[in-house]
Amino acid sequence: MPGFFTNKGFQPKRASGHKLPPGQYETTDFPVLTAGPTPRIALPQWAFELKGLVESPVQWSWAEFNQLPQQDFNPDIHCVTKWSKFNTHWRGVSIDTLLEYVQLKPEAQYVMAYSYGGYTTNLPLADLRAGKGFVGLTFEGQPLAPEHGGPARLVVPHLYFWKSAKWVQGLRFMSEDEAGFWERAGYSMYGDPWQE
Amino acid sequence: MSRLAWQIGTVTAIRAETPRVKTFVLQLPSWTPHLAGQHYDLRLTAEGGYQAERSYSIASPPEQTGEIELTIELVEDGEVSGYLFAGVAVGDSLEVRGPIGGYFVWRGEPARPLLLVGGGSGVVPLMAMLRHRQRAGLHPPTVLLFSVRTPEEVIYQAELAALAQADPSFTLLLDYTRQAPAGWAGYHRRIDAPMLGEVVARLPAAPQCFVCGPTGLVEAVANGLLAAGLASESILTERFGPTGGGNNG
Repeated sequence: MPGFFTNKGFQPKRASGHKLPPGQYETTDFPVLTAGPTPRIALPQWAFELKGLVESPVQWSWAEFNQLPQQDFNPDIHCVTKWSKFNTHWRGVSIDTLLEYVQLKPEAQYVMAYSYGGYTTNLPLADLRAGKGFVGLTFEGQPLAPEHGGPARLVVPHLYFWKSAKWVQGLRFMSEDEAGFWERAGYSMYGDPWQE
Repeated sequence: MSRLAWQIGTVTAIRAETPRVKTFVLQLPSWTPHLAGQHYDLRLTAEGGYQAERSYSIASPPEQTGEIELTIELVEDGEVSGYLFAGVAVGDSLEVRGPIGGYFVWRGEPARPLLLVGGGSGVVPLMAMLRHRQRAGLHPPTVLLFSVRTPEEVIYQAELAALAQADPSFTLLLDYTRQAPAGWAGYHRRIDAPMLGEVVARLPAAPQCFVCGPTGLVEAVANGLLAAGLASESILTERFGPTGGGNNG
């Protein structure tokens, strides 16, 4: 929401055909922003788990995970460092599909997504369900590259992309919200690009 | 996203560092001390209400109170950097918010060796760390490996050379990837694992590493440092996207 201050002579340069969240600009590139070196995970060692406030934790190996039903997703994504990328093409497993394999305890309200390499990010459970989140395996027709979070990353397009944990290893269900990696370093607990 | 408020700073000086890099000195009405490595968000607003925002690393140390220095590279067809270079003069106002960042920061540990690796304008947050180190009288064994394409692109060259001359605990290693100065006997290729192995060997113990620059460089350096035996927790990275829209673009 602009105040009264304007910069004399400043003109927008890029005409985006899309509606951008406040302060964002469009990119056709796919920037890589990671805290630290890129983890490389060997597929025979890869596993994905759901644990915490569930009746019984579950785990899938890479082979098992790839047997799960997959869908196509074509979201716009928004990074907190100001770039937005429109109409991206992913294939992966919906969080709704994964939740069919566990019984959540009634107190489960929040989720901590955790990754190989130690990254964590927190979000409300409601922001993962009803088609709002998926585990992405393929990006633009290719297996997801390690720099972009491959072999599997969480994708939650309606929130800033730091919530879309790369190299995701699992989801831990919690009753209270708890700060993940960037949240402890000062980023907001929720991360709505449209709330700037 | 940030709990900090926007404030309007006054440009009190503009310095050309290289043909495509300038430092803007901004006096801030609500300046607060920052940590070396942090950045400010800068926002431009057009008459019609359109806004563009970018993040720029703070180049100045926290000891330089009341103002911040932002060293900014002119990006090809850059919407924000283009305006800053062509449309902003001393006395003008710029809207900023910060300081921001809790990850890529050096808190001034006096004993642990420090390895700083920068590519191009990635040197900016590393310079804040070196300036803070110098102003605070800290002397951990420190190496800056600074990779540029050509000799005219060495941002802060005179200051870095003077620092290396005056402080035996600081070593400056320049690396030219495209064109080196006449008679250059130092590094003259893209940073690779053997180079990093040699650089790490100059330090008396495993260093804390800060790596900043374009994505490709940061990937190569992070992987090379891991290959040299450093723990991944000791390698902190800040990448600029290829669009130049990350830091300093």
